[in-house]
Amino acid sequence: MNKLVEVQNLKQYFPAGSNSLFNKRFIKAVDDVSFSINKGETLGLVGESGCGKTTTGKSTIRLHEPTAGKIIYDGKDITKVNMLPYRRKMQIVFQDPYASLDPRMTVSDIVGEAIDIHKLASSKAERKDKVITILERVGLNSEHANRFPHEFSGGQRQRIGIARSLAVDPEFIVCDEPVSALDVSIQAQIINMFEDLQDEMGLTYLFIAHDLSVVKHISNRIGVMYLGKLVELADSLELAFHSLHPYTKSLVSAIPVPDPRISRQQKRIVLEGDVPSPLDPPSGCRFRTRCQYATKICAEQEPEFKEVASDHFVACHHCCE
Amino acid sequence: MSEYLVNIQNLKLSFFTPAGEVKALNDVTIQMKQGDVLGIVGESGSGKSVTAYSLMGLVPEPGRIISGSIEFDGHPMHTMTEKELRQIRGNEISIIFQDPMTSLNPVFTVGNQIEEVILLHTDKNRKQARERAEELLNLVGINEPRKRLRQYPHELSGGMRQRVMIAIALACEPKLLIADEPTTALDVTIQAQILELMNDLKEKIGMSIIMITHDLGVVASMCEKIAVMYAGKIVEYGTADEIFYNPHHEYTKGLLLSIPKLTATDHEKLIPIEGTPVDMLMPPKGCPFAPRCNSCMKICLKEMPPYTDVNDDHYSACWLLQKQAYKMIKDGVAR
Repeated sequence: MNKLVEVQNLKQYFPAGSNSLFNKRFIKAVDDVSFSINKGETLGLVGESGCGKTTTGKSTIRLHEPTAGKIIYDGKDITKVNMLPYRRKMQIVFQDPYASLDPRMTVSDIVGEAIDIHKLASSKAERKDKVITILERVGLNSEHANRFPHEFSGGQRQRIGIARSLAVDPEFIVCDEPVSALDVSIQAQIINMFEDLQDEMGLTYLFIAHDLSVVKHISNRIGVMYLGKLVELADSLELAFHSLHPYTKSLVSAIPVPDPRISRQQKRIVLEGDVPSPLDPPSGCRFRTRCQYATKICAEQEPEFKEVASDHFVACHHCCE
Repeated sequence: MSEYLVNIQNLKLSFFTPAGEVKALNDVTIQMKQGDVLGIVGESGSGKSVTAYSLMGLVPEPGRIISGSIEFDGHPMHTMTEKELRQIRGNEISIIFQDPMTSLNPVFTVGNQIEEVILLHTDKNRKQARERAEELLNLVGINEPRKRLRQYPHELSGGMRQRVMIAIALACEPKLLIADEPTTALDVTIQAQILELMNDLKEKIGMSIIMITHDLGVVASMCEKIAVMYAGKIVEYGTADEIFYNPHHEYTKGLLLSIPKLTATDHEKLIPIEGTPVDMLMPPKGCPFAPRCNSCMKICLKEMPPYTDVNDDHYSACWLLQKQAYKMIKDGVAR
């Protein structure tokens, strides 16, 4: 298989004050995460708020400078290089379509900015043509080009955000919760559009969301994160039906099924308590404080992220017993 | 005393904004018996929250009830004074809001906020109120209630705060609990905890619940009856099974097809509802869903469809269900 993006032992720590002058404390937002994405594939990342999925996405395209680890894009190590040429290839769509568009720029400026920076158009007319082609591709039209973001609904704004990321003809797009802020009926429009664009342009996605049903629908493979760690990574159907990690199992069972006959019989594995603070994560396996199978070894030793079946990775001491 | 606990009849409610009149509710009728669990689903701006708020007499400015009546347990809520409403709010009806982060007062302890309700509505003294508060925290599954009572909201996590909100809502054993998107702001595993808790409490206390949400999964697991709202109108009403397995309104059908399902084994493309939600300042004449509807006929653009009974406990407002419409399609008059 042809790997487009490879993330190796990525660590992203953020300073969080200090308890004394020399003893700095860090929030380990992402701690030793490795995965790779094949060309033309969609990798989904799920997890609860604060588990580090957005940070992973941003670090992958170096919107955060990784504390440690390597990011390899198309065979080249880009962890320390000048990103400008790579920004053309790697783009991002943000979660909140209200906060991620500059209210004082017109749509054509928002979409055209990247075209200017990368000097992709030789004349004004060509720039305009390019902008309109992109707008049409995301289901908007030329009339929209001179309007401002506030004139659009949430779904349309998200289309503008997607148009902006497409302006430079990228190969890889990080989609950071692109549909969570949208209404259900609009959500399906945007999901379908992501799929169509992938078919037409051969895009590769890292699709981040907290809604497992959405991620399962769009992704080929899914990674599950918990407290800055990847705990399970598998094919999306395999993960939805034969998950191995106790956290993934509870996550799958916790989703309310929109089907009364199934959901009345649904047995939820309800996790006790809340996610521990990432400032002071539990020793050993980070999930052990909420895990019903936890034993002594879970507290002492960190489970290895290993392949238990073909293309199915899990980090758990007990899942294969 | 009527046989219904909640009886909202032909309620019309508008917000008079500087930009014009927004008809937030358009002829809404809801009837609930004691012990019913009703789910109201709809997109943002469809009027689901306003319906519930109007039931508590909590319509914010510049909203006004134009016509219709709201009865709760025999009380005419739409004509009562603020003072009379206060006797009922928090006592017989209570509400849980969407965002537990902003609906608790940050400068009072949790205990203080629970006791306030008890002291206001019962003749318990402070000590008894404290005991009751402790009992309530136990009921909603909070460990070490005595310690928690002395804490401030910022010391608790989101899930815990929502549990405190539920404790406050249950303080006087209300006849009706309104839950306005109670789990939307929470993570999936915490959402599961809260839903489980509400299911338990429903059985223990036997109160009626109105569950407002946009998540069809949540209503499927909680509610017996479901009202689907679109642009300030209930477009379909029926039992959960009827709505999910026998939907008759095009909007309901569209909603059910447009959600990705975790249980699907092969990749089916989603079928979205095309177009954008209604601009409530300029709603279309006729059926509000007509501009997005695949089966739209001429009459849909002109006149509001009446309610048609599908069966005893299931009705829907769609011209397609009218017998003449079928005839007209057959004769080639419509479309």
